[in-house]
This record gives sequence, structure tokens and C-alpha cells, in this order.
Amino acid sequence: MTTVRISDDSLALACGADAVAAAFLRAGCTVERVSSWGMHWLEPLVEVDGPDGWTGFGPATPADIPAILDGTSPKAIGRVADHPFIARQQRLTFARAGRTRPLSMEDYAATGGWAGLDRARALAPAEVIAEVTRSGLRGRGGAGFPTGIKWRTVADAPGDRKYVVCNADEGDSGTFADRMLMEGDPFALIEGMAIVAHAVGAAQGYIYVRSEYPHAIAKLSAAIGIAAPRIAPFRLDVRAGAGAYICGEETSLLNSLEGKRGEVRAKPPLPAIAGLFGKPTVVNNVLTLTALPHIMAAGGAEEYARLGIDRSRGTKPIQLAGNIRHGGVFETAFGIPLRELIEDIGGGTASGRPVKAAQVGGPLGAYIPPSRFDLPFDYEAFAAADAMIGHGGVVVFDDSADMGSLARFAMDFCAVESCGKCTPCRIGSTRGVELLDRIRDGAGRAVDAVEALPQMHNASKAGHGREADVALLTDLCETMRFGSLCALGGFTHYPVMSALEHWPEDFGPKVLGPEECG
Amino acid sequence: MDTLARIIAQHAASEGPLLPILHDVQAAFGCVDAAAEAQIASALNLSRAEVHGVVSFYHDFRASADPRPEVQLCRAEACQARGVEALVPAAEAAAGQRVRLSKVYCLGLCSVGPAARVGDTVHARLDVPALTALIEAA
Repeated sequence: MTTVRISDDSLALACGADAVAAAFLRAGCTVERVSSWGMHWLEPLVEVDGPDGWTGFGPATPADIPAILDGTSPKAIGRVADHPFIARQQRLTFARAGRTRPLSMEDYAATGGWAGLDRARALAPAEVIAEVTRSGLRGRGGAGFPTGIKWRTVADAPGDRKYVVCNADEGDSGTFADRMLMEGDPFALIEGMAIVAHAVGAAQGYIYVRSEYPHAIAKLSAAIGIAAPRIAPFRLDVRAGAGAYICGEETSLLNSLEGKRGEVRAKPPLPAIAGLFGKPTVVNNVLTLTALPHIMAAGGAEEYARLGIDRSRGTKPIQLAGNIRHGGVFETAFGIPLRELIEDIGGGTASGRPVKAAQVGGPLGAYIPPSRFDLPFDYEAFAAADAMIGHGGVVVFDDSADMGSLARFAMDFCAVESCGKCTPCRIGSTRGVELLDRIRDGAGRAVDAVEALPQMHNASKAGHGREADVALLTDLCETMRFGSLCALGGFTHYPVMSALEHWPEDFGPKVLGPEECG
Repeated sequence: MDTLARIIAQHAASEGPLLPILHDVQAAFGCVDAAAEAQIASALNLSRAEVHGVVSFYHDFRASADPRPEVQLCRAEACQARGVEALVPAAEAAAGQRVRLSKVYCLGLCSVGPAARVGDTVHARLDVPALTALIEAA
């Protein structure tokens, strides 16, 4: 009997994997539901066990099944692991992607699972922290804070209880690596959290998953039920978010876990000192935590530290999304140029039109024009270019994109999702939307009643043209950048100002002359 | 014991029980209304204002039930790059007053958008016919 592997990742399901699986069952095949390889343009991707080993086919529909089974399907892609998209990657965090059944403890143990936890538990907590520090691992959620140093702080902080919290509130558009890991390799996340718990002395952990990911919540809950004896005495629970983007910010996530409004907390105190319920708390992203089993396995820390460039060590799962021909997850060592990712690996746009821009790092990331695609994927290089890599999402736009409309969207998103705690973000975003509307419709603004008063010596009496509005927007972005409590208000200037700088022609008629924008 | 009291009792012993309670109440009644807020507040020793503050903060909780079926269409950047905005007029026409067509910012299907969610099922690579069919079947 022929065995067939089909992913049960929610992206594969959204592309019709269940119907394909059911059709294979009707054709008399044995169907194994595995995680996704992460080649999303080929989903539903089917692997069939034949005389020459496993062969991949995709994207498959139920109508393709007879041709797939008799070997005549034009959708054959050969051995999936040899596909250039997979073969070019350095998969450490995504090593199991496509290869194991997500909820099979047998598959997990057979692919090196629990080796990291067993080795960590045989070491003293301080030695575990030292190894993670040596690996050079930095927080993969976006801020890039050195993981070992955060743990050291929690381990040293006095407290009768300590917590490990996984930030799985992956709200950034263009990112799905957390979701794929939670759905495809949930035991790796559980193992990673158990390693942290041992290192810092925590007995309880929470995984805060956004409610937009029902499949991830179901998989994790099932996986925790299965693995509970393996990680005991450490206890782990899944908590669902409630549709607030801001809860991806760690302090508002902690408030949400406590059952409060997801408002940002002022820092200090750091969560490492006074976090969940006021206790010392490690808050790490899914990608950070799932990197740990590999790092803690024998020789893992050294291998990790060898990869990457400068202060960005190890690998980063990069997510290729938006208008891109070959979208999916591409894990590789830091340092790869953006152009190679988008044009070479991603194959350019899905629409076949020229690339106009790429937004890297989610809704708060800068829009980067093709002339800057030589930028290497590295925390510091992006920061120096007034951009950020964030969670590693790359959203590609073709030449039909209206950058003025995208800048307005970014400002409006900030207004809708602002938690309301600090003024620059709460009010600045609303004023920013109004300003962008005025700049884009080119109407300008007449002198108002107060400005017309003779006492208002410094107010313009000639009305406000576009240049004045652009200057005001620039100033407003500056205020939001330096005056906001967290990254939502603090980073909204990235998409807005980068769009205005590189595509002024998309902001209505003449904003800046060609000589001003270089 | 009524449904609400049973939900509260289920979570009362856990740490930070308010959000799990609100999720279950929303699922059971389609909303968290003023009466439910009062009962939850009293059980958790919170003020009604505190509970109302939480309910009104999160997009997932509603003050009154909406009996219409809901289709969530992703309108975030990656789906915009793949042309979701061009589908909106047809989607609104198909939804009419019968279906609640709501915005969601990212379902994590950013490489195969436009994407939508109905209940716990997700749909990708939507075009006008596929999205219209999805809304009409909701």
C-alpha cells in the first residue's frame, strides 16, 4: 500500500490539503499528516513513497491524484529535501519541518528530541546560561536582546516564584514562522521552555498565543497534554490572546496574562525583575525558545556561534511573503543580502511585474526600495540603514503598490491598535492620519481662527501648503519615535517616513522636487 | 448552576482567570454583556469598571451579540500586496446585511493571500469567485 505524506499546517489546510488527503484515502493510500516544508507556493505539497524513495508533488488537487499515483504527473518536483529552496537553507530551528508528524513523540525522539533538555538538566543552571550566552543567541522576536543576559538577570533576581512566558502573539503581517513551529514542531517549543525553566528556576510557564491562530492553540494544547510527564515538574499552559496587536509587546502581554487591559508598562522595572504577577519572568519569542534544544544538544552552542556575521550569530528563519513567486520560510545564517532573498530565492513577484518595495520587519518596518536591496540581513546593518529586521518577515510589493496609501495604512494601524497609555502614540497616530490625508489630497489647510489672531505672531498668516504639512509630519514622527513608551508608536515612523522618502511621487502631486530627494 | 457560574467556577482557581473566562463567555453567549460583567466582577472580587475596561479593550469581545455569521478577511500589508483590496467591493456586495464581513490583521498565511477565516477554518488564494462563494456559504 502506498504511503502519502501531506501537511496539516493551517496554511496547507487553507490551500485545500484536507480534500487532497481524503482523496488519497479513497484511492486506498495510507496518509500521514506531517508538518509543512515551508514551500508555500507548492502547498498542498504531497510526498509519495515509491520504489525510488519519497517524491514530492505540488500544488496538488484531488484531480491530480491518478497521475500522481501512476507517476505521470507534471507536478513532480523530485525529492523534496533536494529542492533548491530547501537544499540552500541551513535549517536548525526548522530541521524537522516536513519530516515529522507534529504530535508524534516517537518522531520527535527519533529526530534528536529531548536531547537538549536531558543534557541541560544534567548541568547546573549557571552552566546552561553560560552555554546559551556563548552561542550568541539573541531574542528572535525583534529586539535582538542577548538571551543569556536576560536569563542571568532572572536567575539572579530574588523571588519565591519565577515564570517563563513564551511570546507567541505573532501579529506582524508577513510573519508566520512562529505559527509554523507551533503547529509543526510543538514539542520543540515545549522542550525549549523546559530548558529555560531549569536555567532560571521557574516552575510554571505560559504560552500566549494570538486568537487568530486557532490551529496553533489546538496543537500546542494537545502537545502539552502528551509531553507533560516528560517536562515535569515544570508545568505549562496555553493562553489565548483576544485580538489586540499590542499584546505582542512584552509588558502588555504580561498585563493581558494577568487578566488586565493590554496596556504597556513603563520600564523599569524590567520583566526580568518584576514581570508576571510582579515576579521575575523570562519573556522569549517562539523562535528564540525553539532554537534552544539545538543549542543545548552536545556541540550545539559552538555550531550556532560559528554561523552568522558580526554580532548576529546563528540562523534566522526568514519569511518570504506578499507578492512573491516562491513564498515560504527560508532559514539561513545571518548576512544574506536582501536581493538574493527576494530575486534569487523568492523568484521576484508572483504577479510577474517589477518589484517596487519590500517591507521588512512587519507593519512597523521600513519600506526598502530595490536600490537598497544589497543590505545584508543583520540586526546592526538594518539599524544603520534606518530599518529593522524585526521578526524576519519580508513582504514584497510590485509596481502597482501605492506607497502613499501604505503609509496612511501604517499610521491608521497605529491609531487602531494603540493601547492608549502614552500620548504620542494615542493622539499622534490620529493626527498623523489626518496629516497624511491632507498631504495626499493636496488641499493644504487654511489659517484657522486662532492662528489669525494678531497676538499669534509666530503663526503663519498665509495658510499651510504641502511643504508645511510634510515638515509637520516629519516633526510628528520624530515626537512619536522618541516620546512613545513602546515600539508601536516608536517605530511607526519607519514605514511612514521611508515611504515618503523613497516614493514622494506617491504622495499626491509634487511633495519634494527631484533635487531635494536625491 | 447556570452556564455563566459554571464557566467562572472552571477558571476561578487558575492564575489570571479573567481572559479565559471572557473567552468562554463570548463563545457561549456571543457577547459579554453588562449583566455578565457584573457577575464576573463579583466572583473575581473586581469592580465592574475593571471588567468592563478589559472587555472593551480587546477586539474579540462584544458588548451585544450579533447573530449573523462572520467572515474575517485579512486586510494587512501582505494580503494587500496580493490584491485583497480589489476583492472588497464584491465581498461587501455578497455579504450584504446577512453576513458580518470583518477586518482581521493577519492570519499568518502571508505567502498565499488573500486569506479569510470563518470560524476555525481558514481559506487562502482567494479571488472574487472563491471569496463570494465563501461568503454566500457562511
